[in-house]
Amino acid sequence: MSAKIEVAKLNLWYGDFQALIDVDLAVREKTITALIGSSGCGKSTLLRCLDRMNDRIDGVRITGSVRIDGEDIYRMKKAELPRLRKKVGMVFQRPNPFPLSVYKNVAFGPTVHHQANHDELDALVEESLRAVNLWDELKDRLDESALGLSLEQKQRLCIARLVAVKSEVLLMDEPCSALDPVATLKIEELMRRLRADFTIVIVTHNMQQAARVSQETGFMLLGELVEFGRTPDIFTSPRDKRTEDYITGRFG
Amino acid sequence: MSPRKIREFFIEKLIFLSGVASIVFVALIFVFLLKEGVSLFKTIGLGDFLGGRFWYPISDPPKLGILPLILGSLLVTAGAIALAVPLGIASAFYIAEVAPPRLRDALKTCIEVLSAIPSVVLGFIGMVTLVPFIKRVFGIPTGLTAMTGSIMLALMALPTIISISEDAINSVPGEYKAGAIALGATHWQTLRRVIIHGAMPGIIAASMLGIGRVFGETMAVMMVTGNAAVIPKSLLQPVRTLTATIAAEMGEAVRGSEHFYALFAIGIVLFIISFAINVTADLFLNRGKKR
Repeated sequence: MSAKIEVAKLNLWYGDFQALIDVDLAVREKTITALIGSSGCGKSTLLRCLDRMNDRIDGVRITGSVRIDGEDIYRMKKAELPRLRKKVGMVFQRPNPFPLSVYKNVAFGPTVHHQANHDELDALVEESLRAVNLWDELKDRLDESALGLSLEQKQRLCIARLVAVKSEVLLMDEPCSALDPVATLKIEELMRRLRADFTIVIVTHNMQQAARVSQETGFMLLGELVEFGRTPDIFTSPRDKRTEDYITGRFG
Repeated sequence: MSPRKIREFFIEKLIFLSGVASIVFVALIFVFLLKEGVSLFKTIGLGDFLGGRFWYPISDPPKLGILPLILGSLLVTAGAIALAVPLGIASAFYIAEVAPPRLRDALKTCIEVLSAIPSVVLGFIGMVTLVPFIKRVFGIPTGLTAMTGSIMLALMALPTIISISEDAINSVPGEYKAGAIALGATHWQTLRRVIIHGAMPGIIAASMLGIGRVFGETMAVMMVTGNAAVIPKSLLQPVRTLTATIAAEMGEAVRGSEHFYALFAIGIVLFIISFAINVTADLFLNRGKKR
């Protein structure tokens, strides 16, 4: 299967500090790829490179390339970034619905990208909320503020926003770390379902989560991608001593 | 009681007294205002006072209708707000979201300076520059008009509106912005569709406080509006505000006369309107904090 995302020789500096060192990574289409590692290892930084969200931080310097569907996103002009971020959506650690109604949250993406006219929008909102199992819970509360939802509902809503713009890649940065175990399992179940239509990259410090949901796993340490492979292989027969030490809980 | 306890006791009471002092002062001012103002209504009815079309305090018998003054105040305030609110909100957005850091600091300093100019100085500058300008541009007999007052007052309301709106915009959580950008929204779309909603309670409060500032302002407005107590028909004619009336006539009103009491009654009207404006602003500010 072809690679949806190809990262080659990616280096990133925050000022003088090098946060990513020569990272090479190939993410397959319609797969869940997990990035694990202890805090500060660069996994979130790597994730944010995939939709150029690091551009927003002062003093960041990047070399190397990130190709998505063969297109080098670091050669895109600034005006093309909205197109990139429509294709590559991000789910944040803390659910961040806008201070708008449930409906307007979902309709936000399609509206800014002029994807749907007024009549199509209703159908699109319903379809997107159904895709994340929120429709039945919220169909009578579409006009209420999204800030009144539970944390799990908020996180689902944030995923529905990406479904609505027809993103192809979902980047998830510790999407469950603000949630309780039951809600976490539900989001994981949702991820498995979404895998049919989306390429998902998830950053997590929870190794069980990586083992449960992903097909491929990368282990990062101090800015390097130490090992990358099929999830069962990484967890049962890691090739690198450092990976083994991490997954057996010797550090991290 | 040990000396230490006695000391504690006195310090506690002293702090308590300082705390309630402001409440006592407000209550006393209101009682005094009410006592003097209400005396007026022994001789004329409330309807004749608020709805009377003529303000001739020294004719015999005096005509003490404040409708022209209320309309004058409202007209000048409305004009000032129509100018200051859009301009203020736009510059708050520019300073908070668009301006490069150095320009932002320079602008904020300028706005502080603007708010530090005494109103009498602004009025005086308006009198020698804006008044002849308005007269020439519109070809009218005098430049002392409601519009002149509105422009000067807009200048005075701007710092309040800008700095409070800017605070509101800055306190919108960064995660909303990150979320919108990550969805592919442009900077402008993020501002218009997300940030403004997060900042709205604060922006409304800022506008209300701006209105309060304008409505209660006296000196600048007295110097540039011409002070003719007639019911205004356009922005380009002289008007007189409630505040200017008190300031101009208090010195010459005979103590204990109907005129004297009428000025106090105007004070009550001002007090009630300003109070209502401030309470509204507070409601919005608190709503913004709760979310």
